[in-house]
Amino acid sequence: MPSDFVYDIDSVCFRYGAGPVGGPWVLTDVNFHVNQGEILGIVGPNGSGKTSLLKLLAKLLKPDKGAIALYGQSLDTSAQNEVARQVAFVAQDNQPTFAFSVAETVLMGRFPHRRSLRWDYGFGWDSPEDCSVAWQAMTTMDVAHLAGRSVMDLSGGERQRTVIARALAQTSRVLLLDEPTAFLDLQHQLEICSALRELKEDHGLTIVIVSHDLNLASQYCDRILMLKDGAVYAMGSPSEVLQSDVLQAVYGCKVLVDAHPESGLPRVTLPRESVRSRPV
Amino acid sequence: MAILGTASIALGILCAQVGTRYVGVGEIVRTLGGAFGVFNGDVNETSRTTATILLQLRLPRVVLGFLVGCSLASVGVILQALLRNPLADPYILGVSSGSALGVSLAVLLGAGTMAWAIPVLPICGFLGGLLALVLLYQMSATPDRLPVHSVLLAGVILNAIFSALIMFVTSIMEPNRSFSMMAWLMGTLAAPAGPTLLAFSVYVAICLGLLFMQVRVLNIMTLGEEPARSLGVDTERAKRNILLTAALVTGAVVSLTGMIGFIGMVVPHAMRLMIGADHRLLLPASAMGGGMFLMTADAFARSVFAPSEMPVGIMTALAGGPFFIYLLMWRKDRLS
Repeated sequence: MPSDFVYDIDSVCFRYGAGPVGGPWVLTDVNFHVNQGEILGIVGPNGSGKTSLLKLLAKLLKPDKGAIALYGQSLDTSAQNEVARQVAFVAQDNQPTFAFSVAETVLMGRFPHRRSLRWDYGFGWDSPEDCSVAWQAMTTMDVAHLAGRSVMDLSGGERQRTVIARALAQTSRVLLLDEPTAFLDLQHQLEICSALRELKEDHGLTIVIVSHDLNLASQYCDRILMLKDGAVYAMGSPSEVLQSDVLQAVYGCKVLVDAHPESGLPRVTLPRESVRSRPV
Repeated sequence: MAILGTASIALGILCAQVGTRYVGVGEIVRTLGGAFGVFNGDVNETSRTTATILLQLRLPRVVLGFLVGCSLASVGVILQALLRNPLADPYILGVSSGSALGVSLAVLLGAGTMAWAIPVLPICGFLGGLLALVLLYQMSATPDRLPVHSVLLAGVILNAIFSALIMFVTSIMEPNRSFSMMAWLMGTLAAPAGPTLLAFSVYVAICLGLLFMQVRVLNIMTLGEEPARSLGVDTERAKRNILLTAALVTGAVVSLTGMIGFIGMVVPHAMRLMIGADHRLLLPASAMGGGMFLMTADAFARSVFAPSEMPVGIMTALAGGPFFIYLLMWRKDRLS
């Protein structure tokens, strides 16, 4: 049956390693929905299970308990290729090994849309349609002028934009990004974030971002999911979630929250003298 | 591609010229023409000897060199893609020595002298190579990444273990058999009989065809397993197919020609610099480049110390070893 939600995450538990000797639980009893056309930020301390949760959404990991439904269909029963047509995933670490050109890298995003899935499963040239979609994606992410350059020679920001362009070339309805602005300077952070906002507004993309940067999440996300020790601690609009008592409980340290001078949204800063407080 | 194809044929003819006895281009064309019934000119004693040398010894050897070079370079390309490591090579990573161990065990148990040696030895080589590949992957892979140095380290260790076992197997053989084992291990391109060569070429053509059907997947696998999965690649299936085919090719090549090293690393690297990293072009280009490289190396091995010849494995190792060191030094700043 069709669902109103993009994702329906129902009491999901996950841990690395299978069987009775599996590792400690990374996620315990996680429940939430992702709405159509929103930017959802997943935040939380190191090791709170943010990246694992994102990989579960991309079907790169399988939940040990519970179920994840994408547009009403269980991820468990849909093929990886089918998921890849609807969900694009951008990993945190994208260190290239071989000197593919930017255009070749972006064209790889067309792989889920290849025509044949049988004997020539692993072969095929790029169709004119593939090329025009890839060109569109490269223009959106402002890497079209780099098309012929090798990905090995790019700066961190250019490489990150190339990888996002590859995800856009998948023409999926959902975009999952793991720390898209890590290691980027302020200007590139701003560029990527406003590009994501445009994608949401112009193309109706649903975007889920894992981020460490609470201020970025506050500015650009419609809703924020706060994870603590593998469980949902709080979820809601930035001004609901980013409150000093919530942050203190989750991060175990005192923080200052005031209003952003332009948007009035919460702004999180560290106090001048950090007072170490015990976890609540 | 067409340029490379033409170049291979031209180089093949060139390589057929040199050897203990020089044969001119005109004579080669005439002999080939005679063999296929195109020319029916006067046939004297000298040209008949030349024809024998050409058709029985030199041409099969040139063809074998080309096929082996093709196979090794192709296996090098796909190992580099799959292990995400531009230094991968079936010889360096112990895949060749795994195959050689399989073959030498079969020879020790007496399979070499039997009538069905031709199908048995490649199968043993395949099993040995597969064992090496699976061990290598298990030893060095983690779910989301494949550290460059741990792959190399695992390969070197595997290579050492397999080589020790091969030495052991060789040392407990009868002296005359162990001598021919040693010569084989150094990598030789002795001209095979016609049917063997034919079977081998069909086999290599099929395997390389199978690999060629996977080139787009190979492109994506270079991104890493998780990104590849997120692009809809069935990574388990792809890995299984590709590793199996690589082991099949290596097994057959090693059982026929022993350990010829470094082609799988040098040639793909050179080709990548020339035509880029896209495997749809890189794989066929490397195959042809590898073929040409080995044909040339063998021509040198045959003619430099004529009338005696040295194992071609020595030539390729002498050319490839320094290149490997150069790559390692040059990449050091990039890897760390």
